[in-house]
Parts: sequence; structure tokens; C-alpha cells
Amino acid sequence: MTQTADPAAPHRDAIPSLRAKDYKSDIKPVWCPGCGHFGVLAALTKTLAYLDIAPEQAAVVSGIGCSSRLPAYLSGYGFHGVHGRALPVASGLKAARPDLTVIAAGGDGDGFSIGGNHFLHACRRNQDLTYIVMDNEVYGMTKGQASPTTPPDWAKSKLTPHGTGMPRFKPAAIALAAGAGFVARGFAGDPNGLTELLAAAIQHPGFAFVHVLSPCRTYRPEQQDWKTEVHPCVLGPAHDIAHAAELLQRDDGLALGILYEQRFPVYADGVSADAAGRLADIEAELCR
Amino acid sequence: MTTDLSIPLAVAVTGAGGSGAITAGAILLEAVAAAGLYGLLRRSVGPQIRGGESAALLRFGPRPVHCAGDRCDLLAALDWANHDRFADEIPLDAASLVLADPAGGELPAAVRASGARIIEIGFAAAAAGPGAGHANMVAVGAVGALAGLPLPALLDGAARLLGGKGEAVVTAASFGIRAGFELANPAAALRPAAPLPIQLSPRWRLTGNEAAGLGALRAGVRFVAAYPITPASEMLEWLAPRLERLGGALLQAEDELASVNMIIGSAFGGVPALTATSGPGLSLMLEGIGLAVASETPIVVVNVMRGGPSTGIPTKSEQSDLNAALYGLHGDAPHLVLAALDIADCAHTTAWAVRLAWRLQTAAIVLSDQALGQSRAVCEPLADSSGAEPAARLPAAAGTGPYHRYADTADGVSPMSIPGEPGLAYTADGLEHGASGAPSSRAADHLAQLDKRLRKLADFDFGPDWADIDGAGAENAALCLVTFGSCRGVVVEAAARLRSSGLAVTTVALRLLLPLQRDALHAAIGTAAVLVVEQSHGAQLFRYLNAERALPAAARSLARPGPLALTPAEVVAAATAALADGAPA
Repeated sequence: MTQTADPAAPHRDAIPSLRAKDYKSDIKPVWCPGCGHFGVLAALTKTLAYLDIAPEQAAVVSGIGCSSRLPAYLSGYGFHGVHGRALPVASGLKAARPDLTVIAAGGDGDGFSIGGNHFLHACRRNQDLTYIVMDNEVYGMTKGQASPTTPPDWAKSKLTPHGTGMPRFKPAAIALAAGAGFVARGFAGDPNGLTELLAAAIQHPGFAFVHVLSPCRTYRPEQQDWKTEVHPCVLGPAHDIAHAAELLQRDDGLALGILYEQRFPVYADGVSADAAGRLADIEAELCR
Repeated sequence: MTTDLSIPLAVAVTGAGGSGAITAGAILLEAVAAAGLYGLLRRSVGPQIRGGESAALLRFGPRPVHCAGDRCDLLAALDWANHDRFADEIPLDAASLVLADPAGGELPAAVRASGARIIEIGFAAAAAGPGAGHANMVAVGAVGALAGLPLPALLDGAARLLGGKGEAVVTAASFGIRAGFELANPAAALRPAAPLPIQLSPRWRLTGNEAAGLGALRAGVRFVAAYPITPASEMLEWLAPRLERLGGALLQAEDELASVNMIIGSAFGGVPALTATSGPGLSLMLEGIGLAVASETPIVVVNVMRGGPSTGIPTKSEQSDLNAALYGLHGDAPHLVLAALDIADCAHTTAWAVRLAWRLQTAAIVLSDQALGQSRAVCEPLADSSGAEPAARLPAAAGTGPYHRYADTADGVSPMSIPGEPGLAYTADGLEHGASGAPSSRAADHLAQLDKRLRKLADFDFGPDWADIDGAGAENAALCLVTFGSCRGVVVEAAARLRSSGLAVTTVALRLLLPLQRDALHAAIGTAAVLVVEQSHGAQLFRYLNAERALPAAARSLARPGPLALTPAEVVAAATAALADGAPA
């Protein structure tokens, strides 16, 4: 299916080979020095260059939070929407424009708390989208509150001085249960490994979820230890859901790689130029 | 027998939910069309899917019908189950005729007290004959005979409505209709049998929800996000297969937060998009509508109003979401609010809203309501505005310098690129931004963008469609009835009665509520006394127009909540009282 919105739109005759830096905008990120999100930005630009996707053919959609600032730092099209709603905007864009590479991105609060319902349904809807969650287990932009992935005993937030006392949200296991066909985990401190995962995710036909451990230097300085704690997922990727469930039950949350990959029918209902119907026929039916 | 055949006849068929009262009404409406007449079929149902109460309320005559009447001429009660729940929607008096099945239970005291003439007809017994019909079809036949609908029109109506269910169903229905037609005593008829037209002119038979869907398609909407809600769901259900035929797509969302953001995504991609909802859904969508305003992404939300607040009365009509539509957005967020004026106008207003949203790159809320959305009319087809094109953006062209999506132009509308166009990439943002789209919290950028977004709407020439104005003209009118949305029907009928008693009356039905065309409204009112008519408890339109200093100080308000439809007699009485009350005449 090709885009139908504007047949007069200019087209790129030949895509010249671009380098990662060509995918960066000239806007300086608001992120703190040492923020993991710089690594994700670098990996994403490398991925787009590696896959030779023209900047204008990709659209990156986000919600609200430190990581959701990402689209403006890229040279392609972006949509920086409201808190928690990156996935619906991405779903609508992909349905309207199946020709585009659509990537949703954001943080753990945006994706798993306020946007949690959309996460579940995007997994099972299985449109051909990629969803990158930069998880630092904290709300950074609002200055350090517990997120769904924060450990229950983390007591450094004024909002929850005794910790949340709640078990953590398990993004990979929940994505699996909700019907996602591609579940991977990367680390912002390993841009090369992350680039490989992002490339596989974008190429996966259907919804692809990439959970990225992306340390917050300011509010979670202890996450600097992640670089020695992360390890490859030696048992993955699973291609069988029972195997994947077992693997994720024993998951320590620090295993990197494709955790689960399975091809399901892709939700392909979208706007198409090759329709047979005419509006005049629909009008005539109203008079019968 | 009523002699003035131009006065519409009001007929009701009632019964327990699932009794077929609504189907009977639908067949009678088809018969009205087959007889070359016009009609309006409202429905009143309870919240239960089965076993509740249901009433089909039909009003028909030789001229288009746009509102409920003052009274019910003819009621056919299949049974009396839960009759008290909608008795006040079917006002009976001594001139009314009631057809009651003796097997349907005891006659309710209120019906007896009305003084209406009761005729017992055994609908169920007659249906139990060799053709194995249904009681509701016997009622169709009896009602048709007494209301002056010819038997061939009734049989044609049944064939049209039930034809898809197979020959056996149509045969059984015909048996019942004939039986009912023969049971009715011709001496009791309220109208003589209408002559069958030699040639039928093409007329629409559609609901406001269907008409709004048609308007969306006409204006080029090709993506719809949908979350079911009463009484808007039928619009989405009507669109689903038709969008598919036209190469469009409908996506069922997980909630209204998703549906409004999905249409934002589509519009950002260049494909005109729309969603439909009702009050509770509108509340959930307001943040997204604000995002569309700030990011200058054109979207349209059709809000089919029902009784509120909260879950309210989902199946019945009210106009009480006006405040939410006008004022619900946080921040200073200029947007469009429109209201459809009748069933066919749902097509026109929705199409206009889509085109305006794209022309002005903003969000439009279209207010419809249950009385329009779920009522079915036989009415004149309404052609699309002449020369109207599908909604289109002001396209951007790649130049030598960087592209500024939010460039501060003279009319406030900036060229809009869409993904796929090289050299024109930008990030749309709900954060305040400068001309390029880069986030900014600088005072100068905030003021420039606020001014630009306001100017787009404030300076635009909306033309004559802002209101439907009828009557004496500003110089001559003693009274001006101001209303919006579905209340136009009752106001126009009331105005006709007032005129027949010699009063010079103008009616102004607002189609564009935001931005309010205040100067044009002043001009239309002139020096006439004003009565503002609306269906809300809080007099939301009256207060809005006063806040905007759009009304003379002596203006009066007729504001009554749903679920009962406003009646022409009620409007006439309020107008008469307003004039007698010392308002300048």
C-alpha cells in the first residue's frame, strides 16, 4: 500500500547513503550530562542510517518526559504529544500512512503508568510499529518520583518516603502476555548492541517492543552499576511462548538481547489508494 | 377527523423491549416514504437491551418534520409493560386515540385519566392466525389504516425494511399488516387514506448519525478511530464498511484517550480523520483536542450529546455539553465548535467542520445529539456544498532556508508539510514552541504563537453558514428566537405558529458557536425582543451569549433539560410570556 494523502508531494528520486549524524537535528538535548538517553539517540540514528531509511520516511512519536524529547533531536518527522499517548498517535499515523516507518518512544512512566492501557492494546493489535521505552525506573522530568518499574523499597522520593511497597511492573513479561511478537531488551551504555536490536525491531513485521535500560545519572546514580551488571540473554531468543514465559519468569531484568520473537498476522487495515468503491454509490443508497 | 392535512400526525407504538415496537415504527416510516410524505421517527428506549421499554415516536405529514409534536394523536400499545417510564413522552388527551391489546395487561390509570378514546384490538390474537405473524405487524396495519397510510405503502414499507431477512419474514409481516388493516374500523380513522403518488421523488431515509458519517466522507475523511458509546456508535458502525469501500480505514481504539490521539496521528500524516463520541468520551478527549490546537493538527470530534453529567441518561437527548465543548480545554486554546441543525444538516455541518479544521489547522467539535443522531427522517436529499473539495491543507514547499512549520503568517495559517516530503521535516509539538517547532518557554514565542492561533479563527471569513436565519428580517421583527443545534426544528415550528397569529418573528439557529459571529448575530437580532431556546438545565447557550455581550439586556431564556423534547407549544408559550413581560416589542 502506498500513501494516498498527497499525490503531488515531492518524491526523493534516489536515496543517497546517509550517515548517523545526518539523522540528528541541531537542537541541543535537555538531558543531563551522562544521561542514558544520549546512547539511545546515538543508537537510533545509527540504526536509521544502517537501514538506509530516508529521514523523511521515518516518523518518531513520543509522549511526555525526559526521553520523550527524543523526536526533536532527530532530523526527520516527529510528533511530541501529550503524556502517555505516544502509541495511539503512532497507531493512527501508521494506519493512515502504511508507507512510513513509525517509531514510538518514551519513558517508563509515560509507557507503563499513564499509557499502560495503550501499551497492552498496541501489543495485541500488532500493527507494524516499533516501540522504544527508555527505562530509568524514575520520573526524571518531575524531579525524582517512583515509576512503575522502581523497586518497592526505593525510598528517596518525597512522594513515597517509605518506598512504593508495590511489586515492579515487568515490561517484557507483560508485553509477552499482551500478545507482542517481538520483545527485546537493550542497554543505553551499549549503543552497538542496541543498534542491532533496534534494526531487528524495525525489520520485524508487526509490533516490536524494545525495553532499553537507560540510566538516570541525577536521580538514580546507582544505575551507573548497570554497565557491569547487564549480561547477554543466553537462553534467548525464545520462539515459543511457553519457553518465553519460563525465561521471563527467571529473568533478572538485566538480560540483554531479543527475548522473544514470533510472527503473528500483522494488523494491516490502513488507508489505501486502490479502492474500488465510489462515494456516489454510497450517496445513492441513501435514497434507495 | 382532523381536517387540516398539513398538520403532521403524531403516532406512537410502544411495548416491552424486544416486542418489536421499534421495528413497527421503522416500517411505518418506510410506508410514509412510500406514500410520498415526510416523516421523523424518534425512538425512546431504556438502558436494557431486552425486557426494558421501547417506544417508536413517528410524526409525519406532507411537509418536512423536524421536531416532536405537542401531543400524541394515536398510540398503539403492544403491551403496557413499563408504560409509566415513558408515559410523559407520549402526551395523550381527549382527542387522542389509543389502540390497546386486551391481552396486554390492565390499562394504566394515567392513560384512562387522559380521556383518550380507547379501542381494543387483539394484536397478539390476530397475529396467531394461519400466517403466523407478529403482534407488532398487526399494529402496523391498524395504525396505518387509522393514520391514512394506504395498505400498499405499508406492505411496501415492510418489504423494504425486512426484505433482507428473507421471503418468509416478509410474507409473515404482510399477513400481520393485512390483518391489522382489516381490524381497524374505518369510521375511527384520523386521516383519510393518502393517495399513492404516481412517481416518488428521491428522498433520504437516514439518521443524523448516518448523515454525519456521509458528511465526513464527502469532506475526504478516510481515517476514523472509534470507541463505542451511546448514542454515537451507529455513526462509527455506518462508517466502518463504507470507509473500507473508499480505501479508508477504521480502527477500534482501546478508549477515547486513544481514539482522539489516533486521529491526531492520521492528520499529522496528511489523511483527514475524525472520531465520534458522547459526553463522557468528550471529557476524556479534551486533553487531546488541546494537543491538536497547540500542534495545529486538524481533527474533528463529533459529539452526539445525551443527558449528563457523568453517565447521565445515555439513551436520551440533551444539549448540555455546550459548556464542555466551548470551555473544556485548558490554556488559551482557540478552536471550532459547530452544531448540526437537523438530521440532513448533520451531513452539511460535519463536512463543513472537516473542511474548516483543515483550512484553519485546528480542532473542530461538532455537536449533534441523540434526538438527531438516533432519529430517522424521510427528508429531501441535501447535496454537498457546490464545488466543495475534499479537505486540504496549505501545502509547504521546500525553499532555501530551513522550514518553519509554525511560521507567523499574516492570516496565522502556516504551510503544513507531511511525512514523506523531503526537506520539510519538523517535530509537531504540544509544548509551546517557536516558529520552527523547537520547544520554547520564551515570553515572545508564547505570545506570538497564541496570537497566531487566535488570529487564524478570529480573522477568518466564515461566510453565511454561521447560522440558519429565517423570518421577518431584523428591521421588522418584534421577536427573535435564538437557538442552536437540534432545537432549530421546534423553534421554526413555533415561529410559524406565532406568525400565523400576526407576530413578526425571526429565528436564528447557530451552526457556528465558536468563534461566535457576534456582529452578525447583533445584526440578525436588530431591535427585536429575544428568547434563547435550548435543551439544558443550566441555560448554557443563554449564559454564553450573555458573556459574549451578544444579547440585549432584556433577552429571556427558555432552557429545559432533557430527556423530554421541547414542544412547539412550550416555545410559543415562553415567547408569548417574554413579550408580555415587558421586553421591548
